[in-house]
Amino acid sequence: MTTLPGDASTLHDDFGEEEAPDPGTPAAKTIEGRSLSQIAWSRLKKDRVAMAAGIIIVLLVLIAIFAPLLASLSGNSDPNAQFMDSIDPNTSMPLGSAGGISSTHLLGLEPVIGRDILTRVLYGSRISLLIATSASLLSLIIGIAMGVIAGYFGGWIDAAISRIMDVFLAFPLLLFALALAAIVSDHAFGMSGDTLHIAMLIFIIGFFGWPYAGRIVRGQTIALREREFVDAARVLGAKPRRIIMKELMPNLIAPVLVYGTLLIPANILFEAALSFLGVGIRPPTPSWGKMLNDAIQYYRVDPAFLIIPGAAIFITVMAFNLFGDGLRDAFDPKAH
Amino acid sequence: MVTYIIRRLFAAVVLLFVISMITFFIFYVFPRLGGQTTESLASQFVGKTQSPQAIEGVIHRFGFDQPIWVQYGRFIKGIFLGYDYDTGTQMAHCYAPCLGYSFKTNTLVSTSIAQWLPVTVSLAIGASILWLIFGVSVGVASALRKGSFIDRAGMITALIGVSLPVYFVGPLLALAFVVNWHIFPDPDYVAFTSNPISWFTHMLLPWIAVAFGLAALYARLTRVGMLDTMNEDFIRTARAKGLPERTVIFKHALRAALTPIVTIFGMDLGFALGGVVLAEQVFNLPGIGREAVDAVNQSDLPVIMGVTIVASAFIVLANLVVDLLYGVVDPRVRVS
Repeated sequence: MTTLPGDASTLHDDFGEEEAPDPGTPAAKTIEGRSLSQIAWSRLKKDRVAMAAGIIIVLLVLIAIFAPLLASLSGNSDPNAQFMDSIDPNTSMPLGSAGGISSTHLLGLEPVIGRDILTRVLYGSRISLLIATSASLLSLIIGIAMGVIAGYFGGWIDAAISRIMDVFLAFPLLLFALALAAIVSDHAFGMSGDTLHIAMLIFIIGFFGWPYAGRIVRGQTIALREREFVDAARVLGAKPRRIIMKELMPNLIAPVLVYGTLLIPANILFEAALSFLGVGIRPPTPSWGKMLNDAIQYYRVDPAFLIIPGAAIFITVMAFNLFGDGLRDAFDPKAH
Repeated sequence: MVTYIIRRLFAAVVLLFVISMITFFIFYVFPRLGGQTTESLASQFVGKTQSPQAIEGVIHRFGFDQPIWVQYGRFIKGIFLGYDYDTGTQMAHCYAPCLGYSFKTNTLVSTSIAQWLPVTVSLAIGASILWLIFGVSVGVASALRKGSFIDRAGMITALIGVSLPVYFVGPLLALAFVVNWHIFPDPDYVAFTSNPISWFTHMLLPWIAVAFGLAALYARLTRVGMLDTMNEDFIRTARAKGLPERTVIFKHALRAALTPIVTIFGMDLGFALGGVVLAEQVFNLPGIGREAVDAVNQSDLPVIMGVTIVASAFIVLANLVVDLLYGVVDPRVRVS
């Protein structure tokens, strides 16, 4: 590898872009400035595991967007349609092997209720990704704001914000989320039904998640604050607002991007956990966590019903984790 | 060291105070922001089947018609001094720490929690031991044999572990070890005092389910920390002065690598409690988590609130212990 930007001051040199029209080619003969994102991208492209994970993520997003189309292609467009003639009336279990997997129901049927699992898993991906990404964005926005303010201004502001972050970090989050979800009735804040539950989940997960982002941003800001280019800006008379927005923020993009990617799988698990406990998305709206909750009652007789939504969660979370790891290695100046 | 202990104790008290305010806010103020009236809030506390007179009585007894700070005062007073409850048919004194009275089960919340707590504590302690031992040892082994088969196998397992939620790995373990191979008995709670061996064998599966993901996370953290430490100058110095490799690793490197792990352990306890709650739900163990979920489904608010407070207090206490241990592990803390 060529020289790596060990010091963060080179992280946001914008002129690198015009010199290297194709940021992907690492085989540049002449010495030229490359921005960190160019270096990271060229490294990421070589990381086969991360790229595979990235492709899976893109596919998952496409699945979520086109869930209704894919569901109707499979022949079962309605996630709530019940196929009772394929359920054994005596045992209440789906007829056929492996949870009723057949050409009409590619991933089988739910026991007792007889809904198509594939269609529900497809629709479930929408809920899962929508809530996880929105909540991650909310956490990142609050976390960046608080982290930068704490790190840049220091003193009592830092002390106060850091304390608040400690309090949040020490919380038994799941129990508080449970309490919050329980206290809100079916109509609140002018919303009701799925809209209310989705909004509540985004708020709960996102709001409790900000201190993790806040700590990382604060640490980075403290390190950056002492650098020469920030001093230079200050000497030139830049106001804190300008220094934060123009000098610090561009250098915070890399850690925030990495952290954000790793926050999404954590939030997918959080949302699924709340739905699993029965306080997330309410039936009949399909969600992976609720499917697992239903499956728990029957897993000894119908393991397929447990394994399919479980595998959906596992694959999604694993893909985001792998991609996040790859992204972190790509941005890490110490990695080789 | 004494000032350190006093500072930590003070911080713990402040933390408890903040948590009491947040809990109060969630249960008494937040629903109002969502548009609930005094009557509907009171009816949530007593259960939806109560008569209007009973609700009217509760509004008065709980002081829902009084200003927020008076309500908060009563809430705190109840915890520290106890409280007299008129349950409608009789007067009941709720001794401190009074966490309220469940109108659904007609029992004091503190009595119920005292009954459920041993289950949760057994689960949490056993899982923490497994999580730390496996997490740290796999991490150290991987770091010392970087790139070897052990490292790769350990890290792939860890990656799978962090992507597998308790509510999926739990039933999978039960399918494999209970249903298929009959190695473990069906998870259940047997009091430690009545039969320690039976307690152990029945808890082992839930412990593994909770510990797996966390151990995986800690294996990754320890590995990175250990690799970083092994590159430090003081390790080179220790080697240069001819210390045996065993001493270098265990006395110098491991100690430095473990210090941040101890800090994170304190912060992750709240997160781990979430895993315990989920495991109670998966394996149907009568701990505070499962009971809180049941309470949510029956809208038995006093129970949810009591569980939230007790769990938070435990987390604060556990954090205090971890902080004090930190003083023992890290000599720098004692000096400053």
